[in-house]
Amino acid sequence: MGDEVKPTKVIDARGSFCPGPLMEMIKAYKQGKIGDVISIYSTDSGTKKDAPEWIKKSGNELIGVYDRQGYYEIVMKKIR
Amino acid sequence: MSGKLSLILFSGEMDKLMAGSIIASGAVANEMKVDIFVTFWALLQVTKEGVHQISLSPEAGPLAGEVMRVMHEKKIPSWLDTIRQISEVGDVTVYGCAMFADMMGIKKEELDPIVKDIIGVSQFMGMAKDSTMTLFL
Repeated sequence: MGDEVKPTKVIDARGSFCPGPLMEMIKAYKQGKIGDVISIYSTDSGTKKDAPEWIKKSGNELIGVYDRQGYYEIVMKKIR
Repeated sequence: MSGKLSLILFSGEMDKLMAGSIIASGAVANEMKVDIFVTFWALLQVTKEGVHQISLSPEAGPLAGEVMRVMHEKKIPSWLDTIRQISEVGDVTVYGCAMFADMMGIKKEELDPIVKDIIGVSQFMGMAKDSTMTLFL
């Protein structure tokens, strides 16, 4: 991820299938505070599309979707 | 909250129950309230003792064994685990069907704690009438 943003919480949902990773992200979001940066690792292809869409639709900030080796990382910032 | 899904689970086949739980998770992700009414064969799947056999729909045919093996191997969560998970995240309520429970002599205490109450169809339909989406599986 970007050098400037350090996640408040990292969720490792690798190996978990739809809807697991997205639900874990929403749970972390609901438990978090405004300004929290939440990062999720996933290997599930549905989540790669669903999570960024959820982040935008819910009025939060999508910091980025990064391809890692064998998985990808989605980073969001809680702004509401 | 924006909108409400009323989901009636009737089938006790694992793939239909999984589809139902995953659709419900999509509703939660869309900030919808979710009310689930569990009846007949699906109700048997939420008894604490569980049903001794949970199978796939007949259309799985010769693929059933392979699909079950893959699901086990990849540790796919059970439909009930998915319902438990989404109820921690969203506004999800599970009700058991009074008619089927009465008929089979099933009491609330015998059901998984995820089932909040046993209610009649009229009460459920009263809650469902203002849903934005209603599904019967």
